[in-house]
Amino acid sequence: MTDIKKEIETQEILVNMGPQHPSTHGVFRMVLSIDGELITDLTAHIGYLHRGAEKLCETMDYRQGIGFMDRTEYLANFNAELSYVMAVEKLMNMEIPERAQWIRMILVELNRLSSHFMFVGAFGVDCGVFGTPFLYSFRERERLIDLFEEITGDRMMYAFFRAGGLAWDVPVNFESRVEEVLLSSEQGIKDMDGLLTQNEIFLARTKQIGKIDAIDAIDWGMSGPSLRASGVDYDIRKAEPYLFYDQIDFDVITGKNGDVFDRYFVRLQEMRESIKIIKQCLKHLNPGKTLAEGASRNLRTPPGEVYIRTEAPRGEYGIYLVSNGENRPYRLKIRSAGFSNLQALKDMVVGSYIADAVVILGSIDIVLGEVDR
Amino acid sequence: MKGILRSMGVTFSAFLRKPVTRPYPDIHKKLPETGRAFPILLWDQSHTEPYCTGCHACERACPVECMSVIMKDNPNHINNGGTSKRKKIIDKFWIDYARCMRCNICVEACNFEAIAMNNTWSGHETSVYDRKDLIMDLPQLLAQHRSGNIDEWVTS
Repeated sequence: MTDIKKEIETQEILVNMGPQHPSTHGVFRMVLSIDGELITDLTAHIGYLHRGAEKLCETMDYRQGIGFMDRTEYLANFNAELSYVMAVEKLMNMEIPERAQWIRMILVELNRLSSHFMFVGAFGVDCGVFGTPFLYSFRERERLIDLFEEITGDRMMYAFFRAGGLAWDVPVNFESRVEEVLLSSEQGIKDMDGLLTQNEIFLARTKQIGKIDAIDAIDWGMSGPSLRASGVDYDIRKAEPYLFYDQIDFDVITGKNGDVFDRYFVRLQEMRESIKIIKQCLKHLNPGKTLAEGASRNLRTPPGEVYIRTEAPRGEYGIYLVSNGENRPYRLKIRSAGFSNLQALKDMVVGSYIADAVVILGSIDIVLGEVDR
Repeated sequence: MKGILRSMGVTFSAFLRKPVTRPYPDIHKKLPETGRAFPILLWDQSHTEPYCTGCHACERACPVECMSVIMKDNPNHINNGGTSKRKKIIDKFWIDYARCMRCNICVEACNFEAIAMNNTWSGHETSVYDRKDLIMDLPQLLAQHRSGNIDEWVTS
């Protein structure tokens, strides 16, 4: 071995991956220094999609800010809106009608489903399975998005939650439509499971790659499915229940190895849990009001500060809101899961092959909109 | 090998299912009545004038400042020998569709139910060659409801 190494003298070279690279999930740039096929160092450059959403929201009143939350987290818009709206409600000490809370829970979990479908499809493409899982998962995601369009009127930028409830009530056939979509989603999850989980080629691409252990994952501040894949049993829905998650029976899925496969498999099982949650929520849905009494159009919050965190599909989506008594936030800070999860990328990637870098990046499931805000 | 065969089984079963796509420009999906394309102004058929009084409520509520409103005294007001009860009426109205983010806030802010989100396909299929052409003026905004080609859905 030593003789070969002497004969072949290798040199470290820098490779730019992104920002215009199809598998970086947006505009993300990795500068990889590689030695042959092995990655020895990684520098991540973010900020290509920075639109100043936090600063923009400080110039707008609370209702206007909701639309910008959609644009930060564009695959799980309801979850992003929920954090923001809950922060305002906490400042106002508002009582939210029960029906609004249950509908919020259903929508948030449906959005988790659609976001994870997107992940499974895109992750399949990252692993080199071109087309099939992507198209199959998009077929299911499309059904969910059609349902969202019927409820909110828009396919992606819903702007549906309001401080104090919902913008308007859901259509009359809401429950039957949700059940219909859940049926097809169950079939979709089964399809994804059959396509990928036991496929030997897929396993060879994902097992024992991009490993991160529980202690490192916690140290990097990871959250959500990426953290649970390392075996940490932590879910904000269980640890700090918001909405009515304390009345719902569901399991927190954890992985064992913290490798790429576990991060995929945790998400796939989480989708089944989401369906379980939605089915229980539908039973609690009673007619009633969807907007709280004191929710005026132009809210004026009392001075104070608040931090609200919710479990978005990618992890902890937190909103830190400071108010000085005006009708707009004095300071708004978004703690996005994607940003924190991305920091651990260097730990996972260094030491693996260059072809695996794409798979590892895909497994963290970043949305550049929320990383760069 | 077993796993690969299982994967191929899934692809084969999908091959036997009904297709979910539709040939888009020929066949349009039915839009829900809540659908939100771009905002348009509504036309009061009984007084042959717009509902809008030019009160600036939507202009102030708009998060992206895509609207400009100018009002005038209504020549059709009862005091001037007309039939309408509106003292003021909209004179000029522009909405920049390139800026609009379709958040529905203008519809919520309007006190006269004079503005609504277009929920027909013509709203979604707005396309022009020049970005300047996306700035819609009053006749363009009123045209669709004036011809009766919309099922309006006002939230309040």
